[in-house]
Amino acid sequence: MGDLNEFPLSLRLFLQAYPWRRVTPVPWAPLRRPLSQSRVALVTSAGFVRPSQTPFDGGIRGGDTSFRVIPGDAELSELNDGQRSESFDHTGMRQDPNLAFPLDRLRELAARGRIGSVAPRHLSYMGSITAPGRLIRETAVEGAKILTEDQTDAALLVPV
Amino acid sequence: MCNQTVSLVATEMERQGITTVVLQLLRLAAERVGPPRALLVPFRHGYPLGTPHDHAGQHRVIEAAFRLLEDPSRSPPVLEEFRA
Repeated sequence: MGDLNEFPLSLRLFLQAYPWRRVTPVPWAPLRRPLSQSRVALVTSAGFVRPSQTPFDGGIRGGDTSFRVIPGDAELSELNDGQRSESFDHTGMRQDPNLAFPLDRLRELAARGRIGSVAPRHLSYMGSITAPGRLIRETAVEGAKILTEDQTDAALLVPV
Repeated sequence: MCNQTVSLVATEMERQGITTVVLQLLRLAAERVGPPRALLVPFRHGYPLGTPHDHAGQHRVIEAAFRLLEDPSRSPPVLEEFRA
C-alpha cells in the first residue's frame, strides 16, 4: 500500500491531478521535554463524533472543515463514524476505533510511563476536504489553540 | 484527502509550538504536501494502524511515530517508512 493502486481509476486520476497544498516553509517545533514527561494529544480525520455532538456535514462543497473535541476520558465505543467518504473501507474503524483514534493505546502508554500524560482534549476532523482554505486559515488554527491552552506538548495525527 | 488534512493541521500545530508526527497512507500525498514529520505506513486507507484489535501491532506503529518525535538529528520535512 502507500500507492494509488487501491483506488478506482477515476479517483487515481483525480489524485494525480489534484493541486496538493505544499507546506512551505516547513515549521519545526522540537520536543521541549522528554516524551516521558510530555502531554500527548491525538488528532484524527476519521470524522468521529460523540452522540451529543452535531454530525459533520457531508454536503458542504469542498468538505466540512470543522472539528469536534473528544475529551480524554471519552469511551471509544460511544463514538460514531461520521466520515462520509466512500473511497475506503470503514469496517475496521467501526470495529475498533483505536485503528484511527488510538486513545486506548495512548492511555496504556501513559500507564507505562512512555508518555507523561494523555491530553484532556483531542480533535476529530472529517478528512474529505478538497478545498482546504478555511481549514488552513481558521479551523486548524482553532484546533491548535485548544491543544496549546491545554499545554499539550505533542500530537499524533492519524488519517484514514 | 485525509492525508493532506492531517498534514495541514500538523503544520499549524508546529507553528504554535506543538511537536507533531502524522501517519500517512499515500506516498503521493506525503511527498507533495511535505508535513514536518511523517511516517508512511504500509496499510490501506481506513486501516492506518493496521489490524483491528491488534494492540501490539498498533503499539508498534505508534512507537515508530514517537521515535520520529524524539529524534533531535532530523530536519524537516521528515518522511520515513514504517517497516512492519
